[in-house]
Amino acid sequence: MTSTSPAQPAEKHVAPQADHGDPARSLVARIAEGRAWLFLAGLLICFEVWSRLAFGATFVLNPFNLQSIAIFAVAPLLLATGQTFVIISGGIDLSLGFIMGLAAVIAAHATNMAGAAIPLPLAMLAGILASVIVAGVPGIINGLLISRLKVPPFIGTLGMFGVARGAAFLLAGGTTVPVQNSWFALLGNGKFYGVPYLVLITAVFVIVMHYLLSQTRFGQHNYAIGANVQAARRAGIDIRGHILRLYVLSAMCAGLGGALYAARFTAGAAQAGEPLLLDSVAAVVIGGASLFGGSGTIFGTVAGALVIAVIQYGLVFVNVEPFWQFIAVGVVIIISVLIDQAQRRFSGARQDE
Amino acid sequence: MAVRPGEVVALAGDNGAGKTTLIKAISGVFQPTGGEILLRGQPVTFATPQEAREKGIETIYQDLALADNLSIGANIFLGREPMRKAFGFLPVLDRKAMAEAAKATMGRLDFHVSRLEAPVSNFSGGQRQAVAIGRAVYWDAQILIMDEPTAALGVPEQRKVISLIHQLKAQGRGVIFISHNLQDIFAVSDRIVVLRRGIQAGERKISETNHDEVVKLMVGG
Repeated sequence: MTSTSPAQPAEKHVAPQADHGDPARSLVARIAEGRAWLFLAGLLICFEVWSRLAFGATFVLNPFNLQSIAIFAVAPLLLATGQTFVIISGGIDLSLGFIMGLAAVIAAHATNMAGAAIPLPLAMLAGILASVIVAGVPGIINGLLISRLKVPPFIGTLGMFGVARGAAFLLAGGTTVPVQNSWFALLGNGKFYGVPYLVLITAVFVIVMHYLLSQTRFGQHNYAIGANVQAARRAGIDIRGHILRLYVLSAMCAGLGGALYAARFTAGAAQAGEPLLLDSVAAVVIGGASLFGGSGTIFGTVAGALVIAVIQYGLVFVNVEPFWQFIAVGVVIIISVLIDQAQRRFSGARQDE
Repeated sequence: MAVRPGEVVALAGDNGAGKTTLIKAISGVFQPTGGEILLRGQPVTFATPQEAREKGIETIYQDLALADNLSIGANIFLGREPMRKAFGFLPVLDRKAMAEAAKATMGRLDFHVSRLEAPVSNFSGGQRQAVAIGRAVYWDAQILIMDEPTAALGVPEQRKVISLIHQLKAQGRGVIFISHNLQDIFAVSDRIVVLRRGIQAGERKISETNHDEVVKLMVGG
């Protein structure tokens, strides 16, 4: 007995399970969900083999490599974390790259200015705080455009892409803004028992975001809005408020990314995040989210960001022409989406009583 | 038009007769421009559908308003998710409570699937209808308004939905359902109200009428 009914619109994109509560999912379904980690493992094995054959040296067991990969992944992961929330809700945030650049410039300026008045460590904190808060402003504008003026997220955030970019360059005076604060430099380049501070901060932040997405009402509503915004509205969820908070959240993630970038390079550059926007979307998609919304996880995004970082760093390590990175990342994205579609067809199989 | 506890009233009429408008006015989507709504004898007005819901009037529209990527429990509690304190202080979603509520509610409706925690996109049209009904039952809706609950369902699934409506009746709830399907209407309703061009064309006890008379009322012959 088949039924195509208005109760199940035929062309609707069926997202895989969002609330992860189903313990009986098949093994295959679980593997498909964790595919980014499998990719990552596969990549590491490939590079290990390649590196040993080509140079007789290990790739994975070299702590410097691991640290560098982790640091590579920090900025794209921070952007991708905010992007994960937005994509799950059915939207997209194209402004994150330049919000990060704006934040980096603000962090540099604020730290310098504060350094004149308060002790350096506090100035560093003030700079970081200032950049995250100011990053919220384009987030608010995005949120209002999308929730109140009904501008499609692609267009609204594309507009902010330009505005944030211009603002960042203007504030930077067309150049990079060096930071005169040794604590800031220490934050950006120091390590704690071999683990860079930046990585520690990012790890803590990512865990908090995971909690926000998977264990709070905000996260639950985010999934619901991505699947069926009408249903969410009828359930009494304040869609406009949610969307506003959502884009402020993603902007602040980019803000933190900018602040940590400024720490790493002891300078704020407006173009800091420019190449990272598409990486942020790629990490989310490789991590298993659907671009149509309704599915995705923070840890999946972490895997996606690590996949990209390993590809980028690994190809340099084995002396491959760097432009192959773009091809490699592109191929991984396509494979991820194909697997995602297959998984969708597979798990969309109906249950009969 | 009246609905009493344990009574099923069918709302019929040709396209454009005003059935959907009427139920939207009852459930707080539209504000009536004339007449009044009495709930348990008291006049009420609903500024929003939420207010109607709080008073026990729940509407199930044709699209069911379910989030496909979420489980039954998550859909039942959408917008009012229960929270608990993990480690004594950290507020987290109480998934266990949601799952138990789903199990209990769907059990009451005699709804059985192998994976109760699966996303509702896995279920058939009739099952999803059952989930939407289950949601209303969990929140103890006293009046359920259903818009074309069996439209485009296959016959076995239609029968299941009809039996669910019987259960709602047995539970003492009032049901108003819009339908074009005279078979369903005669299978489960106590009374039928026919609208034509926005006005009541007639009201009959089901036991005292037949298909032909209903059609005549609908088209005005």
